[in-house]
Amino acid sequence: MSSINYADKIPNNVNLSEDRKLQRALESWQPHYIDWWKEMGPEGTNTSEIYLRTAISAEPDGWAQFGHVKMEDYRWGIFLAPPEKDRKVNFGAHKGEAAWQEVPGEYRSMLRRLITVQGDTEPASVEQQRLLGQCCPSLYDLRNLFQVNVEEGRHLWAMVYLLHAYFGRDGREEAEEMLQRRSGDADKPRILGAFNEKTADWLAFFMFTFITDRDGKYQLCALAESGFDPLSRSCRFMLTEEAHHMFVGESGVGRIIERACQVMTENRTDDVRRFGVIDLPTIQRYLNFHYSVTSDLYGAEVSTNAATSYNMGIKGRYEETKIGDDHQLEHTTYSVLHPVSGGFQPIEVPALNALNERLRLDWAEDVAKGVERWNKIIAKHGIDFKLTLPHLAFNRAIGHFSDIAVDPSGKVISTEEFARRRDEWLPSESDLAYVLSLMGGAVHKPGQFANWIAPPPRGINNQAVDFEYVRFA
Amino acid sequence: MELRRQHLIDPVVCIRCNTCQEACPVDAITHDSNNYVVSFEKCSGCRACVSPCPTGAIDNWLLVDRPWTLDEQLGWEELPESHPSHGATIVETPAEVSDLMDAATTATGGKVPPPPSAAQPFTNVYSREAPVTARVAGNMRITAEGTESDIHHVVLDFQANAFPVLEGQSIGIIPPGLDAKGRPHNIRLYSVASPREGERSGYNNLALTVKRVAGGVGSNYVCDLKKDDEVLVAGPFGDAFLMPDDPEAHIIMICTGTGSAPFRAFTERRRRAHAEAPGKLMLFFGARSPGELPYFGPLMKLPKTLIDVNLAFSRVPDQPKRYVQDKLRDRAADLAPLLPDAKTHIYICGLKGMEQGCDEAFADICRLNGLDWASLRATLRREGRYHVETY
Repeated sequence: MSSINYADKIPNNVNLSEDRKLQRALESWQPHYIDWWKEMGPEGTNTSEIYLRTAISAEPDGWAQFGHVKMEDYRWGIFLAPPEKDRKVNFGAHKGEAAWQEVPGEYRSMLRRLITVQGDTEPASVEQQRLLGQCCPSLYDLRNLFQVNVEEGRHLWAMVYLLHAYFGRDGREEAEEMLQRRSGDADKPRILGAFNEKTADWLAFFMFTFITDRDGKYQLCALAESGFDPLSRSCRFMLTEEAHHMFVGESGVGRIIERACQVMTENRTDDVRRFGVIDLPTIQRYLNFHYSVTSDLYGAEVSTNAATSYNMGIKGRYEETKIGDDHQLEHTTYSVLHPVSGGFQPIEVPALNALNERLRLDWAEDVAKGVERWNKIIAKHGIDFKLTLPHLAFNRAIGHFSDIAVDPSGKVISTEEFARRRDEWLPSESDLAYVLSLMGGAVHKPGQFANWIAPPPRGINNQAVDFEYVRFA
Repeated sequence: MELRRQHLIDPVVCIRCNTCQEACPVDAITHDSNNYVVSFEKCSGCRACVSPCPTGAIDNWLLVDRPWTLDEQLGWEELPESHPSHGATIVETPAEVSDLMDAATTATGGKVPPPPSAAQPFTNVYSREAPVTARVAGNMRITAEGTESDIHHVVLDFQANAFPVLEGQSIGIIPPGLDAKGRPHNIRLYSVASPREGERSGYNNLALTVKRVAGGVGSNYVCDLKKDDEVLVAGPFGDAFLMPDDPEAHIIMICTGTGSAPFRAFTERRRRAHAEAPGKLMLFFGARSPGELPYFGPLMKLPKTLIDVNLAFSRVPDQPKRYVQDKLRDRAADLAPLLPDAKTHIYICGLKGMEQGCDEAFADICRLNGLDWASLRATLRREGRYHVETY
């Protein structure tokens, strides 16, 4: 079945009404979620009507229905991608068995942990972004922010459904705790480091959606390969929504670059801060920061945890079924860059232990393509400047590069030198203060854009760029 | 020349998220490290990829005489021009159509050139001999029940076939069957009431506004069409009565009844493409009563900043008869400064005879404001800024 049951309190395409116990459990979680949204969701927007897309079916033709809705009335629900007939476990020790419709007992805690960690990132990013609406550069961008927010909220629902449906009391407790933790809170922080960082300005938001949501994409892709079929189907549907978030990020940064280049060429100067736009070196420093912090999300380069979850058939590789190997990896190795005295050396490690790094490199390649497209914008203006991704050992806090200091080009340096030159490579206090100073009042007139960002080439859902994407009460 | 509609992805806008490739039921989409591309041979135009695309890059449909190959698309940095003109051949407008069009312009002295800023139109892409089949996507009466005017809004969908039109152009409907003398019916011309990108933006469709005429073969055929019926269409026709493509153009539109069709297209075009254009839109629209004025409801909802609407009703009980020329005179103070403006364009469309009333009204307005209408009109005509189509 694919159509979504909107008559239920919780819209769903999983026949929720046939499982009264589960339905009751989720219906008792729902008001807690709404309370969390009111407290931690976007600030001061409860009465605005936003041009959002809502899913009415999980099939390609029906999952994007556009219309003005209040965010509180957004129908968060449980949508799984359509089942794949006779799906199998496609990797690991159970390769070739029928995909599991229930959690195998012995893998219960491993799966629960994975789902909890994934789920925790979703409300965390909503919390990180909750104040951005107050300094939005346009209605178009405000709408995109809110679309990202409601869909992160829905991704939490997707994970909470799995916890409730398949993990009993433990799962319900995990679901409850998702609403208790707070991004950046000293006592109850979110699980992963990058999700406790502030998203104070729109450049940070766009970098986050471009880089960190792309980590989300790769994690979801790996989980979409899972032998646990409900997890696979949840993640596949989430991926369709995730694409929009990366679009917001990539095009957002691209428009900031476009604007910087316009001002550079019009005024024949590199000193664009005088004109109230963001200079390319600052954008580079933001890129260095978000790239390195997000690299940490993949975990240690060599990891037995990753090996275990692969072997169990729980978390696969990116595009697992398209890779032409034995999908068990017991006898193959993979080359992983290691720090060795004063430099780096690729070392062959068992492929099973290198899965985190492999996924990180898939992600890095994808990020690099986006950066290339930004560079095309700069080149089009005839400006001699290239954004580059920093070395993968730069500014790491997790994994085997965390003990060494490395500059963006990959040169190993002393920690003293790193501390001394940090502000050349990462956003300084004054960079952050400058960017924040541009985030003045919100721009609410349809078709108007803040000075530091160029308008998009086209609107959402074929609407004009000056469409009234948000209506204020 | 045979034009086909090709589905393409805009490489400037695409972010390579792969959703389209996942969504495509016929595996028509593929990619390399540079671009995502669509196979012309495989794509069925089902649009399953369109709503999942986060960017809108997927929703590009170009008219081509030779489809772009995958290799060509993979090398693109941006989309090519939307109307490749290479290989295009000129086809003469058939006499049965040009006779109708000539008749529509005779009252004011024959054909005039198109406005200088109008886009280049396609004409005669389809003919009686080689028509295109359109499917009826909708047909509804848009005048109040119980009124004498039975006017229909009909939406035709061209599916996978290219049917390029510009605002102001007409299409030819070929009614089925034979006339009393056993010959095929003449082509019926109807002005397109939707803008170039379709009645619904991005759909390959267009709208007509058709009034049922007692005993009329064409109008009864069109007004009786049911959803999903198939209709043979020729055209597009018309290369002069076209909308100026300049946001600074002032457009004075004067119509009665279904003569409003091209102006609905003009207004929609302006609303969608240049909603905040500096150029003025003024509409003078005559009907017997509000209930008989097509699109009365939607027209009332248009923002005043977009269009200045002036309605004249000739048969409202207890009220004096008002015609479009009366309304023109009412607005003399606003029209007088527009008439000598080089950005002003005047269009008249509707029942035969209305052009004379309008002509007299403009002459009056000019006389009171120290202008010479005869020479002004000659200039407007010469410069393609004064267009009349009356039937």
